[in-house]
Amino acid sequence: MLPTPSTSHASFENIYEPAEDSYLLLDTLSSDAESLFLTKRFGSDEPLPVILEVGVGSGVVLAFVATNAQVIFGRSDVAALGVDINPFAAKAAAQTIDVALRDLEVKPITLGTVMSDLTSSLRSGQIDVLIFNPPYVPTEPLPATSAISDETMSNSHEVFERDSKLLELSYAGGVDGMETTNRLLEQLPDVLSERGVAYVLLCAQNKPEVVKTSIRQWPGSWKAETVGSSGKTAGWEKLCVVRIWRDVVP
Amino acid sequence: MKILTLNFLCCARKTCKSSPASFPLHPKEASLEQIETDINALFIKNILPRLDWEAMKTLTIELGLPALPTEPPSPEALEDPDSGEPSQTLKDLHQLLMETSIESGALRCGNCDHEYAVKEGIANFLLPSHMV
Ligand SMILES: C[S@@+](CC[C@H](N)C(=O)[O-])C[C@H]1O[C@@H](n2cnc3c(N)ncnc32)[C@H](O)[C@@H]1O
Ligand SMILES: [Zn+2]
Repeated sequence: MLPTPSTSHASFENIYEPAEDSYLLLDTLSSDAESLFLTKRFGSDEPLPVILEVGVGSGVVLAFVATNAQVIFGRSDVAALGVDINPFAAKAAAQTIDVALRDLEVKPITLGTVMSDLTSSLRSGQIDVLIFNPPYVPTEPLPATSAISDETMSNSHEVFERDSKLLELSYAGGVDGMETTNRLLEQLPDVLSERGVAYVLLCAQNKPEVVKTSIRQWPGSWKAETVGSSGKTAGWEKLCVVRIWRDVVP
Repeated sequence: MKILTLNFLCCARKTCKSSPASFPLHPKEASLEQIETDINALFIKNILPRLDWEAMKTLTIELGLPALPTEPPSPEALEDPDSGEPSQTLKDLHQLLMETSIESGALRCGNCDHEYAVKEGIANFLLPSHMV
């Protein structure tokens, strides 16, 4: 087992605390099957891969991927960028990554974190590996996304309200838990490079089979397969990680 | 944020995406920070093909940093042919891409003129709802 990055500096009052879903992503990305797939696709004979984690939260997943790039991609020269809508998460994740890399002799390239609604601030076709552990819990339909400020507040009631909103953003997925994930899926063909691969975490209520079937119908022969799962109860996987990609034409 | 990060970002407005003027974003009143790190020649060599060279040249001019060569350097130009030591070009690139970051200021879109704030090294691309 590869070590999990420390997130002890992060405040879980307003940042998503690493949980089963985060760990499923770590295990899936570092599994033999995925490391093999990723090393074949992005190994040291290939151009340097750029990794983006959307909804980076505490940074635990991206820090893990960056520190273990040698195992996962067969090379240490990868570039890693994180985005989140939550200003506290953007700050904490940057720190998580720095701390995780501190003692590493050959460090990957850190591109830091930015505050962004999904991939809206990214140039087309630049991302080779995209990771998303979305807000996936079915809830009431979501309001339009809006910025939440991290300005210092003196009123504890205001602070509490803001922090609840931020935590809600980390889990509330709207109808079928898919509202935010669907917006991200729509962005994939634009944001991913031709060799790009996305790993998206889904829960059973998101209807993963329906999601995969619809991706396979996108123009341009897209593939979607479950490559990791956890919490099996009575034949149902509670959580799964879906890999989304196209075959690279040599 | 590193100058290198700007190579991957553009204006977040949907209507700007297709305009070439939405990339690169133009730093404004940027306060820069230098953090020394060890040179890794392999990394610089491998990141070069990922760069939009014209955009990088524009950024260095706008930030008042040492000018980049007109054309992207060949891998051979990164080390001294006799000693194998890092060449000046490699040192400049390392400093620009790996060591220089924007601590605070703003990033302006060349298409819509919207400015994105950078605070404590983190750029904020969230738009007010009427601009999305
Ligand atoms: C389930 S948490 C995952 C956090 C972390 N990646 C992990 O695995 O532990 C979902 C994250 O997505 C972020 N998020 C929600 N909506 C977003 C949006 N529209 N754009 C960017 N990030 C968003 C939340 O702030 C939260 O950090
Ligand atoms: Zn713009």
